[in-house]
Parts: sequence; C-alpha cells; structure tokens
Amino acid sequence: MSKREETIQHFSGLFKENSSRIEKGSSGLINSFRKEAMDQFRELGIPDRKNEAYKYINLDPWFNTKYKSYFVPEEADFMAASDFRCEVVELESYNKILLNGFSPKDNGTIEGLPEGIWVGSLAEASERFPDIVEKHYARYARNGKDGLIPLNTALASDGMFVHVKKGVSLSKPIQVINLVHSDTDMFVQHRNLIVVEDNAELPMIVCDHALSPQKFLTNAVTEIYVGENARLDMLRVQNEHNNAAKLTHTFIHQERNSNAVSNNITLHGGMVRNSTYHRLNGEGAECNAYGLYLADRWQHVDNFVSIDHAYPNCLSNQLFKGVLDDYATGAFNGRILVNEGAQKTLAYQKNNNILLTDDARMDTKPQLEIYADDVKCSHGATVGQLDEEAMFYLKSRGINKTEARLMLMFGFAHEVIANIKTEALRQRIDELVLQRLRGELSRCANCSLDCDK
Amino acid sequence: MLQIENLKVEIEGKEILKGISLNVKKGEIHAIMGPNGSGKSTLAAVLAGKEFGEITNGKITYMGKDLMDMEPEDRSKEGIFLGFQYPIEIPGVSMVNFMRTALNEHRKYRGEEAMSSSDFLKLMREKKELVKIESGLTSRSVNEGFSGGEKKRNEIFQMAMLEPRLAILDETDSGLDIDALRIVANGVNQLKTAENSTIVITHYQRLLDYIVPDFVHVLYDGKIVKSGDKSLALELEDKGYDWIKKDVESVSYE
Ligand SMILES: Nc1ncnc2c1ncn2[C@@H]1O[C@H](COP(=O)(O)OP(=O)(O)O)[C@@H](O)[C@H]1O
Repeated sequence: MSKREETIQHFSGLFKENSSRIEKGSSGLINSFRKEAMDQFRELGIPDRKNEAYKYINLDPWFNTKYKSYFVPEEADFMAASDFRCEVVELESYNKILLNGFSPKDNGTIEGLPEGIWVGSLAEASERFPDIVEKHYARYARNGKDGLIPLNTALASDGMFVHVKKGVSLSKPIQVINLVHSDTDMFVQHRNLIVVEDNAELPMIVCDHALSPQKFLTNAVTEIYVGENARLDMLRVQNEHNNAAKLTHTFIHQERNSNAVSNNITLHGGMVRNSTYHRLNGEGAECNAYGLYLADRWQHVDNFVSIDHAYPNCLSNQLFKGVLDDYATGAFNGRILVNEGAQKTLAYQKNNNILLTDDARMDTKPQLEIYADDVKCSHGATVGQLDEEAMFYLKSRGINKTEARLMLMFGFAHEVIANIKTEALRQRIDELVLQRLRGELSRCANCSLDCDK
Repeated sequence: MLQIENLKVEIEGKEILKGISLNVKKGEIHAIMGPNGSGKSTLAAVLAGKEFGEITNGKITYMGKDLMDMEPEDRSKEGIFLGFQYPIEIPGVSMVNFMRTALNEHRKYRGEEAMSSSDFLKLMREKKELVKIESGLTSRSVNEGFSGGEKKRNEIFQMAMLEPRLAILDETDSGLDIDALRIVANGVNQLKTAENSTIVITHYQRLLDYIVPDFVHVLYDGKIVKSGDKSLALELEDKGYDWIKKDVESVSYE
C-alpha cells in the first residue's frame, strides 16, 4: 500500500472507530455532512506536491505520526488554560479561549459583550441557533482539490462560532486565544464559523499558541460570511513552536459592498500553511489580504491566497512579506480569478521577500486567471537581500551592523503591520515583530502554565 | 585632523582616484570642486568607509588613527559625518527611531548613558529649528517621500544631531533653490566651531558664497590638479572647468 493509501486508510479507520463519539458531541446538522465529506477525502487524500497549490510543501512528515486525536477538555483544563497570558492580551479586547479546538460551553457569554453578538462553541451554537448555522455551515469552504477540507468536515467536533447581528458593531475586538496543550502528540481539527450580518462590523484577533512541547498538527477550517455593507477585520498572530504544524483554511465570503481584511502574521511555527480565500460575491465588495512571515532554522511558512472576483466593480489587494533566515523556506501562491462578467475589477498583488542566508529559500508564484476584459490587475514579486545602500547609510550614522540589519528588517516588515488600524494593536505587533527579529520572542515568555518546555 | 597621502582607488579594474593627497587641520573648511565624474563622490564615500572598489595605494590618517580598517559606524562615532549626495530612503524606519539609535550609539561609545526620551525630543526640536525642517518630517520614515530639498536639509539636521568633528558634505547644494541653499548653508555655518572641520564638495561656486572655504582644491580625473584659497573658486566660476582641463592636458604634453 502506498503512503497515500495508508494515510487515507488511517483516517478512514479513525472515522469509523470514533464516529459515535464525534457525533455525540455535535449537532445533527453538522453530523449530516460527515459521511459525504469522508468519501470525498478518500478520493482526494492529503495534498501532495503534485497538487499545484501544495507544490512547495511536504506534509508527509507531519502526517506520518501517531497522534492522539480526541482530547475533549474538561472545565478544569479550560480554567488552567485561562492562566495563559497571550502577548497580545494587554490590548482591550473580549477574550475567548479555544483549547485543542474546543470552546467552553458557556452560552457564548463574555462579560461586557454588547447585545447582538454571540461568541462561543460551534457545537453549542448549532443546537441553539440551528437556522443560522444551517444557512452558513459548509457553504463556503469549497475547494474540490484539497482533501484537508473534507477531512476537517468529517472529523471536526467543535470550534469557535461568532455571530454579529445586523447593524451591530464592536468597538473592541473579539480575541480568540487558540491553544493546544497535551501530554501526548496530538492532531487537532476544529471548525470555526463566523457570521457578520448586513451592516455589521467585526474586528477580530486570533492568536495561535502551543503550550506544551509535544508534536502538534492542527488542521483548521474557518468559514466567514460578511453580509452586505458589513465589515470584517481579521488579524491572526501565529506563535507556536518548531514541533507544531498549523494548516489553516479560511474562507471569507463577501456580499455586496462589504469590506474584509485578513492579516496573517506568522512569528513561529515548525510548518505553517495558511490558505486564505476571499470570494467577492457582490458588486462593490473590497478585500485586503495581508501576510507577514518571519522564519528561521528549518521552519516552513506557506501562504496560499485565492481571490475570486465573481461580480463587477470589486477591489482586491494582496500584500505578503517575509524574512527568511538560516535554512528556512517559504512559499507564496497568490491566485486571482476574475470571472467572466466581473468587469471593472481592480486586483493587486505584491509579495516581497528577504533572504538572510544563502540557504534560505523562497518560492513565489502568481496565478492569474482573467476571463473579463475591462480589468486592472497587477502583480509583482521580489526575493532579495537587505539593501546594501541602506545598510551603509545607517552605519555611516554610527549604527552597528546588527542594529542596522534589525532596523531594515523591521522597516521591511512594518509595511504589513502599518495596515493594522487600531494603534494600540499596531504598536503591540510592532513590538512582537521586533522581539522576534531580535530572537527574543519565545512561546514561553508569557506562559504561566506548568510545562517542562 | 585628516591626512590623505597619495590615495589611489580602483573600481572594477578602473583607477578612479589617482593619487590624492590632502591635509585638513582643525577648524578649517576645504572645498573640493571639479567637473562631474572626476571622483569627488568616490573620495567622500571612501572617507566614510563605504566598501566599494579597492584602495590600491596610500594612507588615510584621522585624529592620529589609521582610518583604513575602521568600520563606517566607528568612523561615525569617531566624529566623521558624510552628508550624502543622494540620501537613501528607508521605508518603515522612523526618523525618530533612526536618530535616537544613532545618537545613543555615539553616547555609548563615549561612555555616556542613553538619552532620556524627553531630552532627546527636546534636542530634536532644537536642531530642527536650525535647518527649519517641518516638525512632521521627523515622524515619517527616513527620507521616504521627502522632496530633494527636504532630503538635503535632513542631512544637515542629522549632522546637527551628531555634532561631528569632520563633516564631509557631498554636493549638499545640488537641487536646492536659493532660499533652501541659504538655510542649509546657514545651518552648516552655525555648526562650525574652531574645533571642527568641514570638507565641502561642490560642482558650483554658488555654495561657497555662503560657506566660505579656507582652501579650494580642484579635482580632475582622479587627481587634485590645483589648490588655492577662495579666489580659486571665483576664477573657476569665471573661466569654467575647460580652463582646468586645458591646463592639465597641456601639462601632460610637456
Ligand atoms: N560603483 C561604481 N562602479 C563603477 N564606477 C563607478 C562607481 N562609482 C563611481 N564610478 C565611476 O567613478 C568615476 C568618478 O565618479 P564620482 O566619484 O561619482 O565623481 P563626481 O562625484 O566627481 O561626479 C566616474 O567615472 C564613475 O562612473
């Protein structure tokens, strides 16, 4: 049996053995998608390098491990995890913890949260708000070539659900602190659903951390609906360790005149793959997809972006930047699809990278599929070193080489950070990035949990 | 303060500086003039420690120390300042952060404590006044989107912040209108003391009406072909560089 077959068999078996357990913790609605999804996964398997969108990543070593798969946290585990201090937490925000992909079942309460917003367990929400969940669940997460998505649909039990009613807006962001913590190697799959109704506004931060040194593999699917005239501002900060792999698939479905920002900031992680999809599903919709990745040692950071211009008069903008050190590798794959009839589309893409060593490597590839004629589209990618002229300028003022390099890397990264609207958050991310570039940021710095590193 | 002895520099196999000797004493202002491509910028960059080309001959002594194997940052901390002909834009690095880092590196080198934020901001305000740069400029990224004139003023502002012993100003006048030229020259003059020295590199005599040199040297084809006092600059203005060229060429025919 080939490796590929083996993995398929493994998950098939897992599905069969555990289906009653999985289904018990979930609603009938969510369960109703599982069987078909599993069948689809059996056909597709885990994506390999033959899949154009996974050309530069090797998932094998992460899938050839025996993980513990279903660890349902108890109340005490949530209590312990809530001691964790996220580096971003100083910020004023409404906090919620997701532990190993599970949310506490607390009826979506957060102290002080305004009326009209519910933030909590998806499993719980699918019982409480079946209509909303039914309307949106498994509607947007569509990619017929990526087996990881049906794998998630088949196996995920819980995740974060956020619902913002029509016209409601938030002054402080919702912050989801996404933790993995286990005493055995663990495979985590969770599913998030975020619904921002017409004219509503949701600022949101997701912070990924690994709290114990075990090997972790996360495969997370997030579906986001942004209604007419609604706004979404989604910032993700990833700070896991080198023994953790993170695969995220974020599908943002945007209606008429909506505006959505996605920003993935990857500070640490053994292997990170972020797939970000924006579907502009109504006239006048606008999206900004940003990303910043800082990788060293043998880390790999892979960003896949897909912008689907389905209607006329929409605007999309992609800006991804990365700094790779040591033997780190990275990939950027940015797809722009302009459908027939999506006239007056504006679509921009930029990917700039700095390699600090000869051994670091970056693969960057635009993928433009344009079927309309009245379209403005631009893309550009660079892979280079730090600017020698700028280095000399800084040094000529007395700044030493190490500090000059740091300043240039920071300045380079800042172009992405500058797009964060809230000043306090922008400053915080600036500090984190600077710490990371100085090599001072560790996953343990702010953690009060008792682990042996 | 600075002695250059028979300095020869090659870039990509081509000799650019062909044996330059220059002696700058404490308190002096030297002007280096010459047609484009004669090697003025190369000389300035070599003094500031830019690594390009190869120094094939000669010696540079600064304050009794051999300058050759000193890093650019150490030269700066020892008091050498280069005002760039084309200041570099550095997106994402704020002027404030840039200058604070630089100033504190200088202070550390002298064994002084880092400056407090409030003292630093006060100093910045004071020095900005000197070159009349808009206060908004220092909250922006280094030189990013600055006009030509703003970039030049920003060079003198940095000079004011760092108070060098030896300032080398590379075509600080180019691209400035007469008002801006006055402001820049005025800034340079206010920073002048009996203890520090200045090398002014310029193509035109105009700047020297405001910054009055003690010595004028004419650089042509990698060599100093003529030295004199400030009247040499006026003579050049009158007769143009062709006069020098003819002179040099006729000499080499003899
Ligand atoms: N980096 C370089 N590579 C090759 N040639 C150079 C470089 N920099 C300067 N030169 C050459 O050196 C000569 C002197 O240039 P420069 O010092 O800029 O003169 P000036 O400042 O007097 O105009 C010119 O012929 C120029 O083309």
